[in-house]
Amino acid sequence: MAYSDKVMDHYENPRNVGSFDKDDQAVGTGMVGAPACGDVMKLQIKVSDDGVIEDAKFKTYGCGSAIASSSLLTEWVKGKTLQEASEIKNTELAEELALPPVKVHCSVLAEDAIKAAIDDYKSKSTAIVDAPEKAADAG
Amino acid sequence: MSKSERKPVYLDYAATTPADPRVAEKMMACLTMDGDFGNPASRSHVFGWKADDAVKEARGQVAALVNADPREIVFTSGATESDNLAIKGVAHFYKKKGKHIITCKTEHKAVLDTCRQLEREGYEITYLDVENSGFIDMKVLEDAIREETILISIMHVNNETGVVQDIAAIGELARSKGVIFHCDAAQSAGKVEIDLEKVKVDLMSFSAHKIYGPKGIGALYVRRKPRIRIEAQMHGGGHERGMRSGTLAVHQIVGMGEAFRVAKEELVVESERLLALRERLLKGFIDMEEIYINGDLSHHVPGLLNISFNFVEGESLIMALKDIAVSSGSACTSASLEPSYVLRALGREDELAHSSIRFSLGRFTTEADVDYTIKLVRDKVEKLRELSPLWEMYKDGVDLSKVQWAAH
Repeated sequence: MAYSDKVMDHYENPRNVGSFDKDDQAVGTGMVGAPACGDVMKLQIKVSDDGVIEDAKFKTYGCGSAIASSSLLTEWVKGKTLQEASEIKNTELAEELALPPVKVHCSVLAEDAIKAAIDDYKSKSTAIVDAPEKAADAG
Repeated sequence: MSKSERKPVYLDYAATTPADPRVAEKMMACLTMDGDFGNPASRSHVFGWKADDAVKEARGQVAALVNADPREIVFTSGATESDNLAIKGVAHFYKKKGKHIITCKTEHKAVLDTCRQLEREGYEITYLDVENSGFIDMKVLEDAIREETILISIMHVNNETGVVQDIAAIGELARSKGVIFHCDAAQSAGKVEIDLEKVKVDLMSFSAHKIYGPKGIGALYVRRKPRIRIEAQMHGGGHERGMRSGTLAVHQIVGMGEAFRVAKEELVVESERLLALRERLLKGFIDMEEIYINGDLSHHVPGLLNISFNFVEGESLIMALKDIAVSSGSACTSASLEPSYVLRALGREDELAHSSIRFSLGRFTTEADVDYTIKLVRDKVEKLRELSPLWEMYKDGVDLSKVQWAAH
């Protein structure tokens, strides 16, 4: 299977691999996919008080395209507001990485992962507003 | 030889093998004007006679490897055609006797898809489960046999796991019940001993390119005593006793003959050498966490090892292992999105099937190749596990089977 240079680059030198504490209030975690399907992506964002993504980390179980899609996504979301990050489309990832049609689902998964991470972050902050005394755990 | 000369290291001998130089040389002598280019069916001149002699010799060599009579060998285009000819040939010839066929879920697609076609023609097929070891339970097979059963088709060595079925026992059972037994031996001929005077196999499929012969040629063994009848699937000039028409491809046949001759000569020594190499490979991995060997190694072809490296996806591992040529049971390496049906039939969860790598060693594999492979695989598995959320969860003590996955 022929991969583009960009996929190979992200695969061989993945950016922002790692984890944040999922219980941290500033962290949003998105875990999508299933082992049985051959891909699981965990994407985490660290959000500043003014709603900007300061940092992002990922871990991915999946093919080279899935790893590259999530690696690229972590680069893209850094410095973006939550609104901007939620507008990233899988087609943009697929285009940048020149994914073949059979691998487009990897970019879809990455889009799902950032959306899930943002939702997780938001649900935590909402939980704080609703019940400021309780430690929210949406992880 | 230095390692750099051999990269990537070829460890996919179960997919295909390079032709042995001795084979290639013999084939080249059957193509040009100054060689044996004639049509073996030409009875009127020396070109035909010489080509016929070359085919006769090759037929003898193929038969000798499995202790058969040369008259029991029908040349085909490969094991896929042999499987088609055997199964459809028996089904069509004996359809008045019955329309029930028994096969197994871990068979090669050449058998399974042929059976599917027969289902469309009104035949009934039983697809037997296998045990987690990969073996067929003889009791289950016996219970599946009915009055209308005409054929059992069970492979000798599985192409993904390397497990060797007990074809002697299956043959005894089939014969006692009056059922014809076809066996796909594409992965076993030349690797494990086959004696067709002893085992009661009625039809056996062979391939040349799995044992250092050329692609595009194979054979079907059709037993003469007791005589097995098949209906031809290819019609024409009545070649191969009417069972498979078409001008004989002399260079291919001669190549197959030489490959089978060499295989017979080297079988015992080469099996021992490959077994030692496989044990070396396995020893290199055995202390790794969360690895699973697919297929029972107690009755197993020597040169094959199929391992699942849990929490690492097979295709990404294959990408990381670009300096060795191996194959995976991962969905991503196949056209469909399903992981290996063979490993699933062995009771492996989808994720372990996705994580599997098949290493198949062969005639040109060296100890240095094996050592290089061990080091490379260990490094890359470690790297990919660092990247794997599943590995992280496993290390944190999360029971992955209890997680609600957001399947996409």
